[in-house]
Amino acid sequence: MIEKAWSGNRNYWLWILFLLVLISIGIYCYSLQFEYGLGITGMSNDVSWGVYIAQFTFFVGVAASAVMLVIPYYLHDYKAFGKIVVLGEFLAVSAVLMCLLFILADMGMPMRVLYVIIHPTPNSMLFWDMLVLNGYLVLNMTCGWVALDAEKKRTAPPKWIKPLIYLSIPWAVSIHTVTAFLYAGLPSRHLWLTAILAPRFLASAFASGPALLIILILLLKKLVQFEIANEAIQKLATIVLYASIINFFFLGLEFFTAFYSNIPGHMHGLVYLYAGLQGQHALIIWMWTSLVLGLGAIVLLLIPDLKREENILLISSVAIFFSLWIDKGIGMVLGGFVPTPLETVTEYSPSAVEIFITLGIWAVGILTLTLLYKIALSVQKEAAA
Amino acid sequence: MKIYDSGKIGLGLIFFIALVTFPFWVSIGGNKQMPELKMPDSAHECVESKEFMRTNHMRLLNQWRDSVVRENNYIYVSSTGKSYVKSLTKTCLNCHSSKEEFCERCHTYASVRPYCWSCHLESE
Amino acid sequence: MNNRRNFLKKLSAISVLGASSFSLLNKFSDNTSLAAVTSSSSEKNKVRWGMVVDMRKCKDDCELCIDACHQVHNVPDFENPKDQIKWIKKAPYPNLFPSKNHQYPSENVKSKPFLTFCNHCEHPPCVRVCPTKATFKKPDGIVEMDFHRCIGCRFCMAACPYGERSFNWRDSRSAIPNIDRSYPTRQRGVVEKCNFCSERLAKNQKPACVEVCPEKVLTFGNLNDPNSEIREILKSNQASVRKPELGAKPSVFYIL
Repeated sequence: MIEKAWSGNRNYWLWILFLLVLISIGIYCYSLQFEYGLGITGMSNDVSWGVYIAQFTFFVGVAASAVMLVIPYYLHDYKAFGKIVVLGEFLAVSAVLMCLLFILADMGMPMRVLYVIIHPTPNSMLFWDMLVLNGYLVLNMTCGWVALDAEKKRTAPPKWIKPLIYLSIPWAVSIHTVTAFLYAGLPSRHLWLTAILAPRFLASAFASGPALLIILILLLKKLVQFEIANEAIQKLATIVLYASIINFFFLGLEFFTAFYSNIPGHMHGLVYLYAGLQGQHALIIWMWTSLVLGLGAIVLLLIPDLKREENILLISSVAIFFSLWIDKGIGMVLGGFVPTPLETVTEYSPSAVEIFITLGIWAVGILTLTLLYKIALSVQKEAAA
Repeated sequence: MKIYDSGKIGLGLIFFIALVTFPFWVSIGGNKQMPELKMPDSAHECVESKEFMRTNHMRLLNQWRDSVVRENNYIYVSSTGKSYVKSLTKTCLNCHSSKEEFCERCHTYASVRPYCWSCHLESE
Repeated sequence: MNNRRNFLKKLSAISVLGASSFSLLNKFSDNTSLAAVTSSSSEKNKVRWGMVVDMRKCKDDCELCIDACHQVHNVPDFENPKDQIKWIKKAPYPNLFPSKNHQYPSENVKSKPFLTFCNHCEHPPCVRVCPTKATFKKPDGIVEMDFHRCIGCRFCMAACPYGERSFNWRDSRSAIPNIDRSYPTRQRGVVEKCNFCSERLAKNQKPACVEVCPEKVLTFGNLNDPNSEIREILKSNQASVRKPELGAKPSVFYIL
C-alpha cells in the first residue's frame, strides 16, 4: 500500500518539499541545542518545562481523541464514520509521533533515553507514560493499516484485529489519564494539583481532536474532492460541541474552588494566567483569546442552522482548536510554574531555536499525516471505483 | 522465476553493502600498530590481574561508580584480598599517572569515548 | 443484541486486565504509599542525617556557607539568572514559609534573608517521580543524585515543592572560578542540588557549610539518635520545617 504515497501531483510534492525544508531547519536547530544545551531555549530553573512539554501534552489529547470515532463506528455500528475512522486513527499516529519527538527534544541527556527501560521505575508516571504512548502508537497504526488493507483487498478485516480495536478504546483514555498524572500528583504546583485534571484533559482532547479532524476533512473536500456524507461531519461537530462545553464547565469548576475557598495558593496560578501576578502578565492576552474563541465557537455551534453552515463550522472548529491549543498547549503547563516554590514569578518565552525545533516536529507530524492520508484516500478511491 | 528491476535492485544492494561496511574499508591501509601504553614506574600490580583489567576495566569502573554513588560503599576488596579505595582519580590514576599516555592512547586507537572526563578531573 | 453481549464480555476482560495492572502499580510504588502515610515509619534506619538552621544567629550579609559549598562542589557562577545553579541560597522569610507568614510578622524575621537548601525529605517527591532512579534516597536519609543516570527530564524540578533543584542548562566548566580537582563537575543536561556533603561524610568530615560558619548557625547530626546534639536542640527549641502540610517531612529544621 505504501506505493500510493509515491505518486501524486505537483502540489503534493511541493507540499512535501515544504515540510522537508521545515524539518531540515528543525534538525539544524536541534543540532544547535544538542551542542549548547537546553540553555538555548527560554526555559530556566523556575520555568523548567516550556513549549516542548506543553505541545507534548496537547498532542497526547489529539491522539486520544481518535477514540471518538472508534467508539461510534466499532461499538455502536455508526456507519457514517466508516470512511473517516481510519483518518482518526492515522491522526492519532502522527500525534503520538510528535509527542515522542517533543519528549526527546526536551531531554537534557537524549542519548540516555533508553535508561527509562534499562532502569524501569514503576513509581514514576513518566515510565507509564512511555509504555502507554508507545503502545498506543502501535495499536493505532496496526488497527488503521489492517482495516485499510482489508478494504483494498475487498475482504473483511481479519478477526484478530477486533480485540486490538477494543483494547485501543480504554488505551486512549489511559494515555491522557497518565499524562494528566504527570502533573496532578505534584505537591505545591497548585494549578496542576487537582483531581479533575485528567477529566479536563479528556474533555479538551475530545473537543480539540475532532475539531482538527473537521478542519482536515473540509480541507480534503476542497483539495482532493474527498467525498463524505454531511451526516458524519455534523456528528463530529456535535461531539466537538459537547466536549467543549464540558471542558469549559470543568474550567469553571477550577475557578469556583479556587476563588470561593479564597486559598491563595489555589488562586495564584489562575490569577497569573488571566490577570497577571506580581506585575508579570505575558499570558493574559493568550488566555483571554482562548476564552473568547472557545466560548464564541460554542455559541455558534449551539445554533443548529449555523452549525450546518460549512463555513461557520470551519470557523468554529478553528476557533475551538486554537482556543484549546492555547489553554493546554501554553497556559496549563506554564501556569503550573507560577508562582515558583519560593513564591516568585518568573516568565518564560520560547527562543527562536526552540520555536524552529517545535515547527520541525510539527512538520514531521504533518508529513506523516500527509503520507498516511494519501495512502488511505487512494485506497478508498480504488475500492469505491 | 523472474526478478523485476534486477538492475536497480542490484545497484541498491551494492550501495547498501558498501555503506554498512564503510568502517572497514575506510580504514584499509591505516596504522594498525597497537598503541604503546606507558606503564607505571613504581607500582607492579593492579587491583586485579593485567588480563582481567584489560578486558573488564570498564565494567569494574561501572561497578565502582554505582556502589560508591548509590550504596556508599567506598572500599574494593580484590580477588587477592587487598583493599582499595574505589576511585578512578585517586586509585587508578595514582599509579597510572598520565591518562594521556595510558587511558587515551588505547581509547583513541579503539575509537571509544568514555565520558569520565566530562566531569571528573585529574589531580595536578 | 448478540453483538452487544459479545462486546460486554470483551469489556469485562479488559477491565480485569486494568485492575490487575493497578494492583501491580501498588506493589511497585515506593514507601510513600498509604502505609507510610498512616504510620510514622522514620525510625527503622540507624542514621538519618538532618540539619538545624538557627536563624537567630545568622548574619544577614554573611555568605560564607554559600561560598564554601559552591567552592567544594564546583558549582558554576553564571551571570545570567536563567543559567544559575545553586546548592544553597538565601531567600526572604515569607517566600520560604508562605503558610506560616501572616500580616504582622515579627521584626526579627520580617526582612531577614533565610538560608535554604535541599530538605532531604523523608518522603521526597523528587524521588517519587524520577523515571530512572537517578535521584534516590540512601539508607542514611540523604536524597542523592546519580549524575551518570540522570536523563535530564526535569520531572524532579517540577516535583520539588521547595525549588531546591538546578538544571545544567549549559556547559559549566568555563564558569567555575576556582575548580576543585578532587570533586567532579557536571555535564550539561543533568539536574543537581545539595547532597549534604556525602563525599565529606564518607571521610568523617562535617558538611562544608557547617564547618565554615563562624556563628554556629548550622548543626548537622543524626536525627535517629535521640541523644545527638541535633535532637537535643530540637527538644529544647520550637523548630519549623518548610511546608509541613505537604507531608514530605523535611530533615532541615529552622529555629526562627
